[in-house]
Amino acid sequence: MRVIVFIKRGALLMKRLMTGNEAIAEAAIRAGCRYFFAYPITPQNEIPEYMALHLPEHGGVFLQAESEIAAINMVYGAAGAGARVMTSSSSPGISLKMEGISYIAAAELPCVIVNVMRGGPGLGGIQPSQSDYFQAVKGGGHGDYRLLVLAPASVQEAAGLTAEAFVLADYYRNPVLILADGIIGQMMEPVTFEDIKPGENIAKPWATTGARGREPNIINSLYLDPEELEEHNRKLFRKYEEMKESEQRAELYRMEDAELVLVAYGTTARIAMTAVDMAREKGLKAGLVRPISLFPFPERIIRSTIRQSSAYLAVEMSMGQMVEDLRLAVNGERPVYFYGRTGGVVPTAEEILERIEILAGGYEGCA
Amino acid sequence: MKESILIAGFGGQGIMLLGKLLAYTAMQEGYLVSMIPSYGPEMRGGTANCIVTIADEKIGSPVAAHPDTVIIMNQPSLERFAPAVKKGGRIFVNSCLVRKGLDKIVQRELITVPANRLAREIGEERAANMVLLGAYLARNRFLKMDSIRESLREFIGKKGERLLALNYRALELGANI
Repeated sequence: MRVIVFIKRGALLMKRLMTGNEAIAEAAIRAGCRYFFAYPITPQNEIPEYMALHLPEHGGVFLQAESEIAAINMVYGAAGAGARVMTSSSSPGISLKMEGISYIAAAELPCVIVNVMRGGPGLGGIQPSQSDYFQAVKGGGHGDYRLLVLAPASVQEAAGLTAEAFVLADYYRNPVLILADGIIGQMMEPVTFEDIKPGENIAKPWATTGARGREPNIINSLYLDPEELEEHNRKLFRKYEEMKESEQRAELYRMEDAELVLVAYGTTARIAMTAVDMAREKGLKAGLVRPISLFPFPERIIRSTIRQSSAYLAVEMSMGQMVEDLRLAVNGERPVYFYGRTGGVVPTAEEILERIEILAGGYEGCA
Repeated sequence: MKESILIAGFGGQGIMLLGKLLAYTAMQEGYLVSMIPSYGPEMRGGTANCIVTIADEKIGSPVAAHPDTVIIMNQPSLERFAPAVKKGGRIFVNSCLVRKGLDKIVQRELITVPANRLAREIGEERAANMVLLGAYLARNRFLKMDSIRESLREFIGKKGERLLALNYRALELGANI
């Protein structure tokens, strides 16, 4: 009856039942993160809680800052000195960090930022949401910059992407944002850390590690000469182009013969998966593209599905944000529809199925 | 094969413990699991609930609009969650704290368990959650009583044999309902 078989009891014990927040923290420690600065906010508090308990065991520094702004500037400092460093917060707290994030992106420093999204705008609520998508993928703070943004849809993936985020941050010399929603943070699932190893230590000759015997390194984001600043922006954008070239990621689900293509990330993708299964049981050819990288948006993967698709349906816990990137990728070649719940309301598979049925009915009528 | 179980009651009744215990035990048995707690302003006296999904294939939605089973520990939870239970699903009710509205339950199996009274009889009313869990275990397809007992030993083993024995006794009382 059971499909999943664990052969050895020993192997089985390696699985731990953890919340997404705890798994993110554990993965960060295993990936070599040794500095963590943050300020509490629901629904991500288990990350600082776990870090406070376990980071010192590994010789690391946990510090609860006096504010989000202080925390992100501590990250700026540690990253400048070449340390593996992380901060975490939830939506309103991430807004507070934006000035610092812009500086870090400008100074080309590697760090990992976790946003466990809750309902907004303003102080909003504490229930899960995906309404920080624009802020995450379009820069967020002032100036022309991008973060590399990864969106986990399970506790295991939250762990894996967090560990990888440190490697990507070092490689690109750019902040990497883990964009999760309240459910991913709070949900418990089995997770294994066997595959999570500290990423290779990329040399950081630019770090401010003390100038004895060499010229001083300077970390700076001030360029008063416009031409120099323009050149700096161009350099940043060459890096973002490389990300677009190399880091587009998405998971395809039941796409072999799908005609109506759902596009959803994070928890919403999990719910959409169930909706796709329900639609398939009714004979409707639905499938799902689940973006894992949000910046870069997996437009090549979306483009590869255009020929087979008759329409797209973006599903989000927002009033419609990712759907704009989906429309850019589809570029008018197919209709793109949207369904969303927001404010902390989580869509149900039944609601999504209803939209699928309406759209399926629509084609028949039009054809 | 998949089952979604919603557990609801007052904060302090051990709702999250039941959810974790079910999810952990199912994981140890080799199933895929997810457990979503309600989070936020819940505290002792407030309401709390969690959804556990146990499956032998990849779990899509970890939230269930229509759970297969609910375990209801107080009156407000009955009113909120009983109507959502899937037709043909099961409703386990703590009949010491839930008195109204049981007659409205149709097309679903109702299992009433005087959990607080049974727990009080063994000298620990706080074990009412374990009595309900026992009643559920006696009627579920996935988990064996022995596996839950083993998990319980891991969960509360350090707090002593007496507490463990008490929980085992509460589970048995529920299973015999």
